[in-house]
Amino acid sequence: MRKIISLAAGISTAVAMTATGSVFAAGTIKIGDINSYTRLPGHTVPYKKGAQLAIEEINAKGGVLGKKLELISRDDNGKPGDAVKKAEELFTREGVALISGSLFSHIGLALTAYAGQKKKLYLAAEPLSDALVWAKGNRYTFRLRPSTYMQAAMLAEEVAKLPAKRWATIAPNYAYGKDAVKAFKEVLKAKRPDVTFVTEQWPALFKIDAGAEVQALLRAKPDGVYNVTFGPDLAKFVREGKLRGLFKGRTILGLLTGEPEYLDPLKGEAPEGWIVTGYPWYAITDPAHKAFVAAYQKKWNDYPRIGSIVGYNAMLSVAAVIKKAGSTDTEKMVNAMEGLNLDTPSGKVHFRKIDHQSTMGAWVGKTKLKDGKGMMVDWKFLDGKNYLPSDAEVMKRRPGK
Amino acid sequence: MGFYFIQFLTGLASASSLFLIAAGMSIIFGVTRILNFAHGSLYMLGAYISYWLVTTLTPGPLGFWLAVLAAATVVGLVGIVIETGLLRRIYQAPELFQLIATFGVILIISDITRFIWGETDLVGPRAPGLDGAIEIFGHSLPEYDIAMIVLGPLVLGIIWLIFHRTRWGTLVRAATQDREMVGALGVNQAFLFTSVFFLGAFLAGLGGAAQIPKGGADLLMDLNVIAEAFVIVVIGGMGSILGAFLAAVIIGELNAFGILVFPQMTLVLMFAVMAIVLLVRPWGLLGRPEAVSRAPGEAPEPPLQRADKAVRCLFTATILLLLLVPLFSSDFILVILIDIFIFVLFAVSLHFIMGPGGLVSFGHAAYYGLGAYGTALLVHYLGTPMEFALIAAPIIAAIGALVFGWFSVRLSGVYFAMLTLAFAQITWSVVFQWNDFTYGDDGILNIWPSAWLSSKTAYYYFALILSLVCVYILRRTLFTPFGYITRAGRDSPLRADAIGINVQRQQWLAFIFAGAFAGLAGSIYVFSKGSVFPDQVAIPQSIDGLMMVLLGGVKTLTGPIVGAAAFTALTDWLSSNEVWFWRSILGAIILALVILFPQGIVGFVRDKFRPPEERG
Amino acid sequence: MSTVLIANGLKKSFGGVKAVDDVSFEVEAGHLLAMIGPNGAGKTTCFNLLNGQLKPDEGSVTLEGQQLVGLTPRQIWRLGVGRTFQITATFGSMTVLENVQMALLSHNQKNMAIRAVVSNLYVDEAMALLERVGMVEQSGRACSILAYGDLKRVELAVALGNEPRLLLMDEPTAGMAPRERIELMELTAEIVRERNISVLFTEHDMDVVFGHADEVIVLNRGQLIAKGAPDDVRNDAQVQEIYLGSGSTFAA
Ligand SMILES: Nc1ncnc2c1ncn2[C@@H]1O[C@H](COP(=O)(O)OP(=O)(O)OP(=O)(O)O)[C@@H](O)[C@H]1O
Ligand SMILES: [Mg+2]
Repeated sequence: MRKIISLAAGISTAVAMTATGSVFAAGTIKIGDINSYTRLPGHTVPYKKGAQLAIEEINAKGGVLGKKLELISRDDNGKPGDAVKKAEELFTREGVALISGSLFSHIGLALTAYAGQKKKLYLAAEPLSDALVWAKGNRYTFRLRPSTYMQAAMLAEEVAKLPAKRWATIAPNYAYGKDAVKAFKEVLKAKRPDVTFVTEQWPALFKIDAGAEVQALLRAKPDGVYNVTFGPDLAKFVREGKLRGLFKGRTILGLLTGEPEYLDPLKGEAPEGWIVTGYPWYAITDPAHKAFVAAYQKKWNDYPRIGSIVGYNAMLSVAAVIKKAGSTDTEKMVNAMEGLNLDTPSGKVHFRKIDHQSTMGAWVGKTKLKDGKGMMVDWKFLDGKNYLPSDAEVMKRRPGK
Repeated sequence: MGFYFIQFLTGLASASSLFLIAAGMSIIFGVTRILNFAHGSLYMLGAYISYWLVTTLTPGPLGFWLAVLAAATVVGLVGIVIETGLLRRIYQAPELFQLIATFGVILIISDITRFIWGETDLVGPRAPGLDGAIEIFGHSLPEYDIAMIVLGPLVLGIIWLIFHRTRWGTLVRAATQDREMVGALGVNQAFLFTSVFFLGAFLAGLGGAAQIPKGGADLLMDLNVIAEAFVIVVIGGMGSILGAFLAAVIIGELNAFGILVFPQMTLVLMFAVMAIVLLVRPWGLLGRPEAVSRAPGEAPEPPLQRADKAVRCLFTATILLLLLVPLFSSDFILVILIDIFIFVLFAVSLHFIMGPGGLVSFGHAAYYGLGAYGTALLVHYLGTPMEFALIAAPIIAAIGALVFGWFSVRLSGVYFAMLTLAFAQITWSVVFQWNDFTYGDDGILNIWPSAWLSSKTAYYYFALILSLVCVYILRRTLFTPFGYITRAGRDSPLRADAIGINVQRQQWLAFIFAGAFAGLAGSIYVFSKGSVFPDQVAIPQSIDGLMMVLLGGVKTLTGPIVGAAAFTALTDWLSSNEVWFWRSILGAIILALVILFPQGIVGFVRDKFRPPEERG
Repeated sequence: MSTVLIANGLKKSFGGVKAVDDVSFEVEAGHLLAMIGPNGAGKTTCFNLLNGQLKPDEGSVTLEGQQLVGLTPRQIWRLGVGRTFQITATFGSMTVLENVQMALLSHNQKNMAIRAVVSNLYVDEAMALLERVGMVEQSGRACSILAYGDLKRVELAVALGNEPRLLLMDEPTAGMAPRERIELMELTAEIVRERNISVLFTEHDMDVVFGHADEVIVLNRGQLIAKGAPDDVRNDAQVQEIYLGSGSTFAA
């Protein structure tokens, strides 16, 4: 039997890969980018487009520290283990200065742990998990997008003014859904001690049995429903909810539902009158943002999604931190990032020293159907810094940091 | 009262869609004995094609249903392409080899779909004429639900008529009951298989197409439906169409009412029901016990031989090379190699029960995951030192294997595979949904090795030596009475029983033994990554293991080693160098390997060198 | 002479078919008892009842006074009943030698051993058995590539592995050339005598039956229709009728 021959062959291919690795280009600073490109392309592709646009603009203006930025992308296959491996590869073989990206919370958390252990800078662009900067936060991890807590707090503030008292929640049964419901209950209860939560529904992620779930919500006779489902689950939930009359005469909240990634696929089915967090890119009149939209549409022949602006802002943050640190040394960059201020198309962003959360804000408004498409109307931009707990509370939630 | 009635009808509507998903899979399995993992992909294609037809043509009520049928027909034709272009070439390959092939198909179809329709989720248009709701007892029920409630039994009835009123249907039923006999009767088996594949794929497409008014089309639906389809097929009885319907109704209603009582437990419920059914009626509600028959042409492997001198030299050289790697290579190569060591151990442990044990487990990830989670939970909650956690992990995995295995070894063949899958899915659901204890999807973080192993190089040597030792133990065990007697039970249960061997107990022990090593692999993995997540227990983890073993060659001892190394290196290399279409490239490579080396890589090499007399 | 095995009132039916219908007989120590009958008479079913593969609907089987009904084949084997199958059952992925070693390992309660390797265990004993059945030259070949007649010899060697008191041999010479059959039966008879084993065998070849059996029992449609010394049975009118009716050549 010819054992082992092929094993040796396999190993030697692996070894041969060393040779092809790491060519450090002299005039560039490499930025590692890890995202779920094949698992959730609908969300990650706009992110990458935004990031690439920013890189292009930064380089056109001469780059950073006299060097050009280069984005090196990797697919994490939707798996945290793969993401960590890709991070390792980016640092050791590609020689990136830092890594950014990721969308899924659990992948963000895996990279957070990795960054903490290896003492490498990680800018978590999109993942929402509160634990990322609090319970499991560390010196080397920063987060750009407003967290689950912040967005839930924004919604809770909106509905605290409304009469609805009996609340029901529906959220995918995994960490993000649980976080989102917990934060919402916490903030709303604090503002309105008289509300009660009459039922919680927890469909399995992307396996919602929408008709049955809607019935279960109806049975509890709530005044308001807080929805955290997204993607295909959301589409099914909206359709069944409409047909079965769940939304009639009730206050409905949708966490992230106003983001184009979630709202646009619904087309004419988009719900009306929901109070949502989202991204009304078409209606924002701020000149910096208009310039961003124009540049984006010109480059990609497509309109921006929330991922696009987050990707864009992420690269602005990366450039700003390297500039402020004056080097790509990790410790210097981390020190520079604590308290970093920058201007973005969505306003001023500040990376807090206390918990490494940025104060990037979010848009809250109502959904409306226009020309067979879901839009946000009556929206306002809420600055993230007003929707974080007190510093003392944050210290409690970020133990030993 | 009205509420419960509506809930019941809602359950029936989802039962119909479940039935449509599962029916085709059941028929295909019944006749061809192929577990078509790509069934979900066909379902997804059906959804996309009908979405495209309905939104571009915007037909009226009749046109809508014609579009649904057209989409299903196209998918049926895709099924024919898959069967004639691919599966037909490998019917002679070892049982379950087709499984890998269908997995390659999943990867390719997924990329093609993304290429054609883009990455945005598509929300299906409502069905013309059925876009409202009706009032029943003061509750609204969508009209389309009623259409679905009718559609399921309608399709069931049509299939029944085809099966009982046509000559072709009689043949299909005969083949489902006894495949060999149909071959003996001189029926054109190739035509029968192709046509059955068409019907199965057509039904998958129909299922996908008919559900767009209730959902739509998205790129994750292929894998999202496959587990459910398995559950329905298995509960109903593989090959039994009426059984599939019954199972769909049970699961549909269980979901509808289950969420009222246990809103958090839907996933666990479904797999728990499957496990219970398998225990009470292993062949499903309306299935028949599987006639124990090895696929014709499947020759037993040649007798075990100790490695000869050349091979031993090569092996020593490889180990020496691996020992030297840290001196000249980057950290990242070490990372990949550590992964390879872990997967080699995982694959070799799976091979132990698959090859010598003759039991194909679809749920080996359960034991890998138990080891991984056992480790992480011990470290996280009790601050257990790494050294102790590494010892505890295989014990925890072995305890899991002891419990699950005790039930599983009572079954054989595909039913064994399904029960192990059910147990793995139960484990996964618990890990995924029991947030308070396991942190669910967030995983458990910061599980790093002790200080003396904190450098990559140190951990590399540690993982290398540990997996070498374990692989050696697993391999050596095959040469001991324990290994031989296990193999005896596989070769001929009849003879083994007649010479005093307790085959079931032997299989059980082998299962536990293999599970323990898988658990150790999981534990090494956790410390190498510093974290653990539910995907370590998920179906893809089990499938990866199967791929490694089968690609390397299940009838060889080195096969799983080579398979694991090749598969890990390949996926890694592809996904680093080609961000967008690496999965379809991987799929194509898998298909090429399957067609060119149906004995697996090592099996192929061995056949080249084996004296002709010994060839099967 | 003492009785080794007593079957009493055995019954077994499958659906409506009475495969074995009230069959009783004894096997004397050191005897070769032939069970004959046309195809489908119930011979194999009867064997399956004796070695525990099937549970009789009624009746009892005792081995030197011990009740066998309700025991599993492996328990019955441990009591000293060896079996060969009508369609040979061997371990195809093992060599001839290893097949015999399996029986020896099991007999010596070594099934769970994980220290010693099989290639060092009971090799001499196994070779001795192979020597006895004339398979020494082929001991290193895989069972999957053996000729059918050789497989039957391997089965015999395997069946001898636990020093049985009783051998159940279901058509031990099926599929062999006539010369081989006689040889194998002579060999069996020799072994049986030297080790004082009793044998119950079924056989369609009447030369073999009348050349070697000490006693013959005849089954037809599940019923025992004759029993006695070979010559008596040969001359039994009912037996002759069955065999003539079935078209088999009966006269020796
Ligand atoms: N498992 C079974 N299920 C149903 N019927 C069976 C089964 N086993 C045997 N039979 C039937 O029982 C009867 C006796 O069969 P058996 O195999 O014992 O006959 P036999 O005497 O050994 O025949 P042969 O000489 O062909 O080997 C036959 O009619 C057979 O069809
Ligand atoms: Mg017989």
